[in-house]
Amino acid sequence: MKKTAKIATGIMLVASLALTACGAKNNNNTNEGASPVASSPAASEAASPASSAGAGKKFAMVTDVGGVNDKSFNQSAWEGLQKLSKDTTAEVRYLESKEATNYLTNINQFVREKYDLTWGIGFLLGDAITEAAKQNPDAKLAIIDSVVEAPNVESVTFAENEGSFLVGVVAGMMTKTNKIGFVGGIDIPVIKRFDLGFEAGVKAVNPDAQIIKNYTGAFDKPDLGKAAAATIYNDGADIIFHAAGGTGNGVFNEAKERKSSGKQVWVIGVDKDQSIEFGDDVTLTSMLKRVDEAVYRISKDLLDGKFAGGKVTVLGLKDNGVGLPETSSKNVPADVLAKVEEYKNKIISGEITVPTAQ
Amino acid sequence: MNKVIRLFTKDSAVVPLVAIVLGLIVGAIIMLFGGYDPILAYRSLLKKVFGNPYDFGETLTAITPLIFTGLSVAFAFRTGLFNIGAEGQYIVGMTGATIIGVQVNAPWFIHAPLAIIVGALCGGFWGMIAGYLKAARGVNEVITTIMLNWIALHLGNYLVNTFVLEPGKGRSYFVDDSAAVTIGWLSRAMDNARIHWGMFFAILAVIFVYAYLWRTKSGYELRVVGFNPDAAKYAGINVNKGVVKAMFISGALAGLAGVFQLLGVFLNQPISAGHTGHGFDGIAVALLGGNTPLGVLFGAILFGTLSYGAAGMSFGADVPPEIIRIVIGSVIFFVAAPGIIRWVLKQLRLRKNKGEVA
Repeated sequence: MKKTAKIATGIMLVASLALTACGAKNNNNTNEGASPVASSPAASEAASPASSAGAGKKFAMVTDVGGVNDKSFNQSAWEGLQKLSKDTTAEVRYLESKEATNYLTNINQFVREKYDLTWGIGFLLGDAITEAAKQNPDAKLAIIDSVVEAPNVESVTFAENEGSFLVGVVAGMMTKTNKIGFVGGIDIPVIKRFDLGFEAGVKAVNPDAQIIKNYTGAFDKPDLGKAAAATIYNDGADIIFHAAGGTGNGVFNEAKERKSSGKQVWVIGVDKDQSIEFGDDVTLTSMLKRVDEAVYRISKDLLDGKFAGGKVTVLGLKDNGVGLPETSSKNVPADVLAKVEEYKNKIISGEITVPTAQ
Repeated sequence: MNKVIRLFTKDSAVVPLVAIVLGLIVGAIIMLFGGYDPILAYRSLLKKVFGNPYDFGETLTAITPLIFTGLSVAFAFRTGLFNIGAEGQYIVGMTGATIIGVQVNAPWFIHAPLAIIVGALCGGFWGMIAGYLKAARGVNEVITTIMLNWIALHLGNYLVNTFVLEPGKGRSYFVDDSAAVTIGWLSRAMDNARIHWGMFFAILAVIFVYAYLWRTKSGYELRVVGFNPDAAKYAGINVNKGVVKAMFISGALAGLAGVFQLLGVFLNQPISAGHTGHGFDGIAVALLGGNTPLGVLFGAILFGTLSYGAAGMSFGADVPPEIIRIVIGSVIFFVAAPGIIRWVLKQLRLRKNKGEVA
């Protein structure tokens, strides 16, 4: 009898643990479900009435190993699809990839279920999308951050260098130690564009500033991001710009710890307005990369019968594909923002050409 | 026939079976708490695995590396060594095969076998380092293999980066067709599932491990070392040589997992920041299989099915992939805690006996 009681307690314990875990998970889901994060200008601007244009249409996306809750890239893409679903009643779905072998199988899952459009989110899915496109010439596919040359794939890339130039201007003007850090994910052209643009921006306003760069080699390893940030802050930097997806969460983590011990350090977020997730006390500004907007736009085009396979869309400052969020004004003084605006116009008008990679 | 029955009624076979059932039940309970339908989820899992030729083929592909790493861990375990380094041996084996696959030009009947052999030797060499340190210096192999995992990861990245990197892709060049071990006609027959010869080699490896350990003198010696090194020494067996040899074979088996993943599935090696987990999963597989070759085969089938089917659960029943990891985790937990299972079994038997008495 005693033993039964013991076991009952044990089971209760396990169950309660499981419950808490599930609870947290559910919260997350509702967060996602509740309208694409308020920051996104598109959400406020396009309060278009829900139509049923997408009824019966099915859209899907496959994440990279970062997963859909990476607070960055993948999450932004999913928000784009959710908005699509809200506006047009189209059915949307995602599958997370646990490891690289899953990219192709996950894409194929949707292709086989005859989804109208399947998104590969991120550079890492380039090879898998190429393969899937070849094997399924009738399927419609799209990819972010990589160019896939196939008649049934629409590719979207961003001019990250332009947006990064602007946050570079912010960092260059606001650093007190004249040392600025950059934490990158994998050393691929996309991230190189962040890197080069940022460097050019810093140098444009503060030629003496030193930039300490660190490529962690991953988009899903917050521990590596934290270690990289610790090294850079220890070297005397006071602002770090990260372009590392989920790895960047570790950068924020490190900054928060330092902040709570009284040091003044900043992080510049990436992809989404990360001040919403990580708070205004450490987030100086963010380099918005409107993956949500891109996903939404291309998917919507398909509903309107305008899917253009083989096309490569490049979204830059002039398309509002990259830029700074409204919330920047909380921590960035007006004169700096004015300077940012000035450079923005110069880039758009072509007066300044921002260096890029490939 | 009696033998077969005994095989399945022996404690060693019953314990894992009960553990699996308990694990699935715990998983179902957690799904219920989370508000998901466990019946639908398990049905989607089975549908994902057996639903169509493509998914069935991909499941086989997911199982293959687990057989190798499982055998690797089990083999070392039989010699009294705990090889946690299958992960590193996997990477080193893969890297060896990548370099041969990309750099060497040869007809297929030389190229593919050469890549396989070099990969296996590389993995074996990596295992042997730990074996040598144990034999010559008495360093605990648990420590060295774990550390060697990280050395292997970064060595692999370095080698890929230096010798076979395709610029701007974050991965190596594709291996030549002559080195690939894919089975074109079978893949086409199974809707382009990535079927490869590795599967058959995995079965051969199961037979090899059984024949070697239980049917040869030198295998017998290794097992004696595993049972009792002192007795082995007293009986005139060279324990140190045995340790090195066992780690070599164990490493070669893990290396083959990497080789076939490369030559059969990916055909290129990415620069990666973390381990794939196949090596660590191998520990679980060996544990599930009671460190017997046949058990490892079944363990790998279960493990591979669960992890490949996970995407099906998330697709068909909206169960987040985290839950399936809980299911896998609880299966391993129950296997690793045979005491609990034995106790449950004893209670069942007691009750049955009581029933008979009354």
